[in-house]
Amino acid sequence: MAPATALERCATGITGLDNILEGGIPRGNMVLVSGSVGTGKTTLCLEFLVRGAERGERSLFLSVTESSTKLIQNLSTFEFFRRDLVDQGSLVFVDLPAVYDRLGLGKEELSSEEVDILIRTISDLVRSLGVKRLVLDSLTSVCYRFRKDEQIRDFMLRLGQELSDVRCTSLLVSEIGPNPARYSLHGVEEAIVDGVILLWNTRRFGDIVRVVQVVKMRGTAHSRAQYVLDLTSIGILMAPHLKGGREGGV
Amino acid sequence: MPADIGERLRALPSGSAVALKLDPREYADHYFAVLNATLRDVGSETDAHTIYVAVTNPAAFVWTLAQALDVGSDRISFVDAISHIMMNYSNPLSNATYVDSPRALEEIMLRVEYLLRKFPHPRSIVVIDSVNSLAIHNPPELLSEFFHILLNNLKSRSVLTLVLETSEEEQTGLEQMLNLVVDETIDVAGAGR
Repeated sequence: MAPATALERCATGITGLDNILEGGIPRGNMVLVSGSVGTGKTTLCLEFLVRGAERGERSLFLSVTESSTKLIQNLSTFEFFRRDLVDQGSLVFVDLPAVYDRLGLGKEELSSEEVDILIRTISDLVRSLGVKRLVLDSLTSVCYRFRKDEQIRDFMLRLGQELSDVRCTSLLVSEIGPNPARYSLHGVEEAIVDGVILLWNTRRFGDIVRVVQVVKMRGTAHSRAQYVLDLTSIGILMAPHLKGGREGGV
Repeated sequence: MPADIGERLRALPSGSAVALKLDPREYADHYFAVLNATLRDVGSETDAHTIYVAVTNPAAFVWTLAQALDVGSDRISFVDAISHIMMNYSNPLSNATYVDSPRALEEIMLRVEYLLRKFPHPRSIVVIDSVNSLAIHNPPELLSEFFHILLNNLKSRSVLTLVLETSEEEQTGLEQMLNLVVDETIDVAGAGR
């Protein structure tokens, strides 16, 4: 049955993902992309931004862990990447450590006032550039500098509101261990976001299989099945995760 | 001699999934007839692009045969699922993509998808060589699921899919499994009669 009101979708441009999300992420939603190392989180986020920039939606990558130069260098190996999107300012990379330095937020732990400054700075950046897609890689690295769960909650609620007000769809990268009991470092993050996309590596007869699953997506009757993903030069491709008639697969 | 295989393949509606049954006692003749029919009679004459999933023999071997049939590299791409596991990966082909092992069934599906997108063509053919080789490395339940999903996907995109099958003296269930997912089985030995 069709919903009473159809939400406007922000197509990720990743065909498999859009297929299971009824066309994309509801516009303005904040989504956690959780996974351990080497599961494809950053690549998924980068493709989301490139596809958006191609459609004329200004896209912003806030990097905490990797320098923009290195990210663009890695991105250049993908056929879907277009350098001109960066040159013309449709795809913008910002190194968050440089922003911290400029704002004088160099301390290991941030006070509530400093968290407030950080939110305002990101919000100003989004508003002034007219950003419609944002990636924060990673939320985990940002949250390391918060002392209390309340600060994380406050940061996410306020950032989510600011982004939603300007219809900016965001992906926040969450780094977790290989066998996590939750989707984020503190457990607070997953409760606040509108969606959770989980990526992990599993094994079949010893071989590693990269799997993705949409755990939560508000306003979307999404598939909850598992899919295997491949990071190809033309972008992320997805196929159903074969189970061979067994729970959890073989 | 199975002379009219090409004719039968050409007559198939787009999106068909067909099992081509080869007799192990005349394997070389039958295999070459199928290759000829697929790459020349159907591939060249209908201006199709062939994606060859190589599990029985490495892509390099099949590519040598294809070249002998005057098939250009723009007409055929390979998903090679056997070279890595055979430790035979030193000279990769430019028109092949390599999968770690025949057990990586999803990876095979994804590479077929990759090639279909990379070389969009009004008429595409996917050849899976063979169900028997895949069965050596995968449990039957997994293999059934693989064929069910892959063949349905290719059918929905009007891709002609040919699955090579070597007849077995003992019942292994492979034939029954294939019968559930293909539209028709062509016995290569009987095709010319």
